[in-house]
Amino acid sequence: MNEKGYYGKFGGAYIPEMLYPNVEELRQEYLKIMHDPDFQAEFDQLMRDYVGRPSPLYLAERLSERYGANIYLKREDLNHTGAHKINNTIGQILLAQRLGKKRIIAETGAGQHGVATATVCALKGLECVVYMGAVDIERQAPNVARMKMMGATVVAAESGSKTLKDATNEALRDWINNPVDTHYIIGSAVGPHPYPDMVARFQSIISSEAKQQLLDKKGKLPDYVMACVGGGSNAIGMFYHFLDDENVQLIAAEAAGQGIHSGHSAATSVLGKEGVLHGSRTILMQTADGQVIEPYSISAGLDYPGIGPQHAFLHENKRVKYVSITDDEAMQAGLLLTRLEGIIPAIESAHALAQLEKMKFEKNDDVILCLSGRGDKDLDNYMKYFSF
Amino acid sequence: MNRLAQLFNNKEDKDILSIYFTAGYPHLDSTLAIAEELEKAGADFLEIGFPYSDPLADGPVIQNSSQVALQNGMTLEVLFGQLKGLRERVSIPVYLMGYFNTVLQYGVERFCKSCAEVGVDGVIVPDLPIYEYEELYEAVFKRYGISNVFLVSPQTSDERIRKIDSLSTDFIYLLSSSATTGKDLKVSEERLSYFQRIKALNLENRVVIGFGISNHESFQQAARAADAAIIGSAFVRQLENEDYLECIPKFIRSIKEG
Repeated sequence: MNEKGYYGKFGGAYIPEMLYPNVEELRQEYLKIMHDPDFQAEFDQLMRDYVGRPSPLYLAERLSERYGANIYLKREDLNHTGAHKINNTIGQILLAQRLGKKRIIAETGAGQHGVATATVCALKGLECVVYMGAVDIERQAPNVARMKMMGATVVAAESGSKTLKDATNEALRDWINNPVDTHYIIGSAVGPHPYPDMVARFQSIISSEAKQQLLDKKGKLPDYVMACVGGGSNAIGMFYHFLDDENVQLIAAEAAGQGIHSGHSAATSVLGKEGVLHGSRTILMQTADGQVIEPYSISAGLDYPGIGPQHAFLHENKRVKYVSITDDEAMQAGLLLTRLEGIIPAIESAHALAQLEKMKFEKNDDVILCLSGRGDKDLDNYMKYFSF
Repeated sequence: MNRLAQLFNNKEDKDILSIYFTAGYPHLDSTLAIAEELEKAGADFLEIGFPYSDPLADGPVIQNSSQVALQNGMTLEVLFGQLKGLRERVSIPVYLMGYFNTVLQYGVERFCKSCAEVGVDGVIVPDLPIYEYEELYEAVFKRYGISNVFLVSPQTSDERIRKIDSLSTDFIYLLSSSATTGKDLKVSEERLSYFQRIKALNLENRVVIGFGISNHESFQQAARAADAAIIGSAFVRQLENEDYLECIPKFIRSIKEG
């Protein structure tokens, strides 16, 4: 990445002038603050005592037996609030405090990032406003309740398709209207520079731990590292410290919804074209006229029409292999993990699990798969799908 | 001399009014009829918006007009087709305004060429920032003589304003406050001192104030504090009426004369 936030031709900061001072302030300060020993000490302490890190690297024996390789699950589902999202919100709330911000805004789709943001705002006593698509508010009532209980204001995004992309637009509009006292905690590895890099750095704790954990267990690097990708925050965190290890194959599973070409899909790497979305140049699903196409996935966390700019770059230079998983494949993989290992995964993470079916492993291959979140929030969906 | 320079040379002590509206709203083919009616009614120059699905600098009124225009089938392709007849019907300066992704998909060079062919004077693309413009696109804009208009907000530093001034060729779009479009702003001391700060910079380019201007009072304050003022949402709201063309003269009069 260069100093303007470009990964090859992807990235940058395509933002209106009203956002420039906020984004520029962040760009100038984020690395200084993150490298400050005082910041690092507080971040490490919260990660350990509040989030519960390091998260375990668990050898899933029955799953390994089924696929003929050693499958290690990186258990982000065991974090406080149930997903990897908290790694980033802890980092950004400490940053926002050091920038002197009094008010926090965030966007959320399924509500996991909204909950993680409301959580750190409660922890630090900062005002919190979460934008959520009106449709998602209906679909994700328990997470709306959790945010409210933690004192956050949840604002319905009524524009456009009333889902994640519209919630992101509303959060950006809020930031335009409140440029001085507000920090915007973006939840994925998307947005104008420095967001993709900042989120990747906070989430990179996933791979720094996992790499060491496998070295401790096996004295070697994994052969494969796998994760699901929507905007791409858990995937970039899971890949981060393996990017330079050329013998480690990196695989990202995106949501094909009802089928890549069904018209109900979020398979950006296949269907997307280069363009600008939410402040960065990346790959996104769009019409020939450049209008953003509303994506679809059974998993609200993968239901995003673009991918982060670093992922666009890793896709283009083929360092990471992007694969597409349908709703049905993900749901079956979610049930399989539950029955084999007694772990109910988030439907997002189940997309990565479904890719295991399609891999051709050698007997002693070591595979690390990021179990990015737990499935409690998805119980309704699982119950309906399997008619339990 | 270009159309805008001519307009300002002949302005005398008139307050200059610019109007924004969204192409393809309320009907797909209403674009040119509205432009023509605005000129007749006394608007001094125009911004015609090309719609985008995710207009993040806009408030509810322009979000809605954009969405309706897209449903009506408006695209850049369609718009440039309609604008082929622009200069037979409209003589005042015309700027196109919209978001960068639609321009990128149409092709930046092709976009500049189409603008030049139909007689559009310049463009306003809020999410194309100065770094990317200078690095990647300035040469193309210049080749076709298309002016690119940048925005300046109350938080923009003097140093950056000077940089923007050096890259601009027609006018600078001064935001009356940091806000999305369509917020009603009250005339205030604070705003006046911000306008005066800009004036004191003695910029090369004309300064035109927009965002939040909705009536005679706010128009007059802005137009006199700078070179001209732009009204967007308050005008687009007029177009909700069925007899929208007939509303135009009355609206322009209410802004200019109070």
